[in-house]
Amino acid sequence: MIGRALGAVGAVVVLAGGAGWVLTAPEPLPALAVQGPPGDPARGELVFAAAGCASCHVAPDAEAGDAPVLAGGRAFVSSFGTFHAPNISPSPQGVGDWSDAEIMDAVMRGVSPSGAHYYPALPYAAYDKADPGDMRDLVAYMRALPPSEVESLPHEVPFPFSIRRGVGLWKQLNLNEDWTVAGDLPPDAARGRYLAEALGHCGECHTPRGPLGGLDHEQWLGGAPNPSGDGRIPNITPAGLDWSEEEIAYYLGTGFTPEFDTAGGEMAIVVSELAKLPEEDRAAIAAYLKAVPSVEPAAE
Amino acid sequence: MTRSIRSVLLAAGLAATAGLASAQAFDPETAQKLRESHMKLMGAHLGVIGNMAKGETEYDADIAAASAETLAALASGADGNYWVEGSSSEDLADSRALPAIWEKRDDFDAKADALAQAAMAMRDAAGTDLAALQGAMGGLGRACGDCHEAYRKPEE
Repeated sequence: MIGRALGAVGAVVVLAGGAGWVLTAPEPLPALAVQGPPGDPARGELVFAAAGCASCHVAPDAEAGDAPVLAGGRAFVSSFGTFHAPNISPSPQGVGDWSDAEIMDAVMRGVSPSGAHYYPALPYAAYDKADPGDMRDLVAYMRALPPSEVESLPHEVPFPFSIRRGVGLWKQLNLNEDWTVAGDLPPDAARGRYLAEALGHCGECHTPRGPLGGLDHEQWLGGAPNPSGDGRIPNITPAGLDWSEEEIAYYLGTGFTPEFDTAGGEMAIVVSELAKLPEEDRAAIAAYLKAVPSVEPAAE
Repeated sequence: MTRSIRSVLLAAGLAATAGLASAQAFDPETAQKLRESHMKLMGAHLGVIGNMAKGETEYDADIAAASAETLAALASGADGNYWVEGSSSEDLADSRALPAIWEKRDDFDAKADALAQAAMAMRDAAGTDLAALQGAMGGLGRACGDCHEAYRKPEE
């Protein structure tokens, strides 16, 4: 905690110097990561479900249909301002005119085609860890979805967070290539780690944040206040969730808890997407959750 | 035979309650307690079926069919009369029913109807075989979840 605060102060001092301009520069993906065999839209559909893209980018009033329309529009209230999910459908108002590399830079690095930083409401700190091959498949799938001509809404972010260059500092503090649950895991838990930490970005809601909005990796998946103000997002480490692996996997596929209550709130959308994955993937996420270090529930 | 008679009686009983309540509404506290009990009973029957779907208990066609029959009757009676004005999470401390229920009543009723449909699909499937029962669980999960997602306040 103190380390991060000192880091932030240090970074501000550096920004005052000329070096800050270099430190905060948007950094696209290396060309090698973008190159590769053409994406497979059928595989991309599963990546799309695992990455939970629809949860934010489908319009809040959309009717459930066969193919998601990624018109955006959902609002996310935070202590830094209100963010609006943009249109990312294949249209001129969305990402239809972007190259594959531009879309991958946006998703994995939080860098726009014009070279500006995106706010980390887009969980690129997680997607950064994704397999570029999966991301090419994802892009191929997104290009085959229905276009929407809805204009994206501007974010409502007050000064000083309105200075996007400042996001470069946030990236210096919060982007890294290491898994939070580090080390060798058995194959199923390792697959689960990839699904949970890279694609599923579970930590974005289930992990508490520090003063600058970065995830507190010491309390990974240990539960957090709900930004919408209602209740708390639960602790899903072994100390907070005593369900068996089978029960967790069943919940992720059907929404049913061991008592046959159902998922509510944001998690219902997550479950409806995870239900599209092969059963082994849900079992893998359950195996991973058992391998996560316990975070003791906060005293009430 | 006995089962279907019981089910008809149960459905008739629910319909009678519905008729009574539309003439004379429950007070908010009573409505909240009744609907919570109703949800818990649905959950208990769902547990009988669901534990077979998960393989935690052995599949028994007769037991599954009995629970599914009652569940279908309960689900068909879950949409009216409990949801009286003044019983939302902003009105009562124990209530988790979001005010949106009363603001979007048509959508709420449509979701209640979807639950009844899903429960009837389970009634038709549960006694057939385990695979049919497992197949009907997904629809029930979606029906429960769709409504809870939109209209139930998260737990504190």
